[in-house]
Amino acid sequence: MKKFLTGNEAVAQGAWEAGVTFAAAYPGTPSTEILESVAHFTDIKAEWATNEKVALETAIGASVAGARSLAAMKHVGVNVAADPLFTIAYTGVTGGLVLVSADDPGCHSSQNEQDNRYYAKFSKIACIEPADSNESRDFIKEAYKISEEFDVAVLFRMTTRVCHSKGLVELGDREEFKMIPYVKKPEKFIAAPANAKIMHPKLEEKLKRLEEFSNTTSLNRIEMHNKKIGIVTSGVAYSYAKEVFGENASYLKIGFSNPLPMQKIKDFAKEVDTLYVIEELEPFIEEQMIQNGIECIGKEKIPRVGELNPDIIAKALLGEERELLVFPEEKIVARPPTLCSGCPHRGFFYSLSKKKDIMITGDIGCYTLGASEPLNATDTVICMGASISMAHGAKQAFVKNGVEKRVLSVIGDSTFFHTGVNSLIGAAYNNSNIVSVILDNRITGMTGHQQNPGTGFSLQGDTTNQIDIPALVKSIGIKHVVTINPLKLDEVDKAVEEAFAFEGPAVIITRWPCALKKYSNQDIKEFGSLINKCIVNEDKCKGCRICTKTGCPSISFDKETKLAHIDANTCVGCEVCLQACPFDAIEKVGE
Amino acid sequence: MAEVKNVLFAGVGGQGIILASKILAAGLIKAGYDVKMSEVHGMAQRGGSVTTQVRFGEKVNSPIIGKGQADILVSFEIMETGKWLDYLKADGKVVVNEFRIPSAPILVGKIDYPEGILDEVKSKATTYSFDASKIAAELGNIKTTNVVLFGALVKAMGLNDIDWEEVIRETVKERFIDINIKALKLGMEQL
Repeated sequence: MKKFLTGNEAVAQGAWEAGVTFAAAYPGTPSTEILESVAHFTDIKAEWATNEKVALETAIGASVAGARSLAAMKHVGVNVAADPLFTIAYTGVTGGLVLVSADDPGCHSSQNEQDNRYYAKFSKIACIEPADSNESRDFIKEAYKISEEFDVAVLFRMTTRVCHSKGLVELGDREEFKMIPYVKKPEKFIAAPANAKIMHPKLEEKLKRLEEFSNTTSLNRIEMHNKKIGIVTSGVAYSYAKEVFGENASYLKIGFSNPLPMQKIKDFAKEVDTLYVIEELEPFIEEQMIQNGIECIGKEKIPRVGELNPDIIAKALLGEERELLVFPEEKIVARPPTLCSGCPHRGFFYSLSKKKDIMITGDIGCYTLGASEPLNATDTVICMGASISMAHGAKQAFVKNGVEKRVLSVIGDSTFFHTGVNSLIGAAYNNSNIVSVILDNRITGMTGHQQNPGTGFSLQGDTTNQIDIPALVKSIGIKHVVTINPLKLDEVDKAVEEAFAFEGPAVIITRWPCALKKYSNQDIKEFGSLINKCIVNEDKCKGCRICTKTGCPSISFDKETKLAHIDANTCVGCEVCLQACPFDAIEKVGE
Repeated sequence: MAEVKNVLFAGVGGQGIILASKILAAGLIKAGYDVKMSEVHGMAQRGGSVTTQVRFGEKVNSPIIGKGQADILVSFEIMETGKWLDYLKADGKVVVNEFRIPSAPILVGKIDYPEGILDEVKSKATTYSFDASKIAAELGNIKTTNVVLFGALVKAMGLNDIDWEEVIRETVKERFIDINIKALKLGMEQL
């Protein structure tokens, strides 16, 4: 039977068919739906981890115990998981172990566009790259076989276009994979220096065997057509190349890309007149070909920045310029993402944006938008969990150099559990005079509402332990801890001023559900429900536009009437604009 | 149909673009085509642009196209039409919803909603434009705008021989089947 699946859904299907028993992930676009899809298969124990390092480590534990296991994350998540990754390469596995890395060429929803094939080479593990949904299902099954046969972890490298595009996938049955009986093997699984020294040369030997395999596996496939042009390519770039050249070129499609099938590449190179390397982002294959003395054309023509598409390849290699219907640029107004109507972060950032002499360190999540117009609150965003540690470092620099500047960091609930908690422990331990704000919207908002340790529900939606953030924060030694409603502007203002007045690390927790969240019974009990709407009293409106400075997408300014207007379809009645209006011109209806 | 056909949907988060492309893909698969579909929805839920691409033919390689390659652009919002026009083939067609969703810089009164977009589009490509959102609202649910536009797409692409009513029955929630079938028919009548 065939089904129309995304690459992410196909990976889940393939993992199930391969007999995987355990899977863990931290949500991150474009990887999030992998675990959400795995969760539908009850044969697999699937769970959200607090971060990618934890996800990989639990998957390693399951593998050592003898089960086939999977960890999934986005490209930047592998940076977090890099520590265990480099050592699991030394120890090897028991049950097959696959680490899915979903890279994001084009930065559709990421802070950088790193090419994680280098992680496979750097850490010395196998790398497999599917080109579409069907291969995502087929190749992950191969990945488990390779992982066990060579006693190696496999980095399964996907990209946004493979993760999020759909194609027809042939479905199969679940393989009978019996857990490998657990045997204690300290010399294999204790990576202490004495053992590690022995493991390293063994790993180098293993890589040689893997290269032999790479030269013979059908994952690296030659398609001979016209021999004038030969193309070495991998991942979704193969689909683009095929689209452009069809049967006017021959292909070496690399599905197993670490170690590369260098002999196969050499043989292929001899067969064709001109050799192109078409790969997205970095010249991972090309560099190694050049090292091996193979003449080829790659990054001198194909961009190393951004996502590829067939058009870019046709232009770069064939000089094909398509006639385009050009639309005058001045007629296009940007459509930047904004905090949603009723977003609990709006009130907080609006109050904060009015304060002077503050450096605000931000973090990765919806609240990154606090840096955008018209709020312009945040000074810096680097990576998950960095807000609190950066605030701590900045404060030390200011104090040491006699600069009077208040430092405040903002971080979301899920991100706080991810790596923020470590940073806050560091700030508490070093008695940093900073204010850390945990924006608790009762869900992981950015990636589309995944549960986290603060929500009280598991990936499957079952009730579970709920972390009490204020209690946790107090337990690490923070003396000043307050929880506020971020929609009440005076409450926010008072809390921020009091926190700054406190000597030592202070924490504010803003607690209000994401405007798009489906309320749980506990939420309804705690927060009630916002069913009323706000409207502009046109007699009182002076057209001062202060309400529009909150950045609410439901509020617009009518240039003809010179009055503010609130869209009743989208307003959720959060009252932030009502509090911001200096003329009491915004009222609540339906009460 | 040996040649691969390319459909580009464009609009704003929440307009039902992804559902419309799913209905299209499901019908095309039923009709025996190879189909690939790709979506970009990174920060779309927060008021950003959303686009999806559906490609179909005997055998489809790439899930995406580049500029100048769409056979048809179905735009759910006027301003978005201009933004994606360079993806259209020189002889491509456009279906436009005559509906405005002002973006953040327009809402705060910094910039005006640009005028004359439709005229500009019409001067460059075969364009079918109508207020699908109004038709949907009159039907009783503005959320069926996507299926009204989908009906127009079916007509413009000559895909009438596929049983779209059946596809809708299999794709949308039961209580929305009737209204969506009405929306489909009204959409088809616009061309």
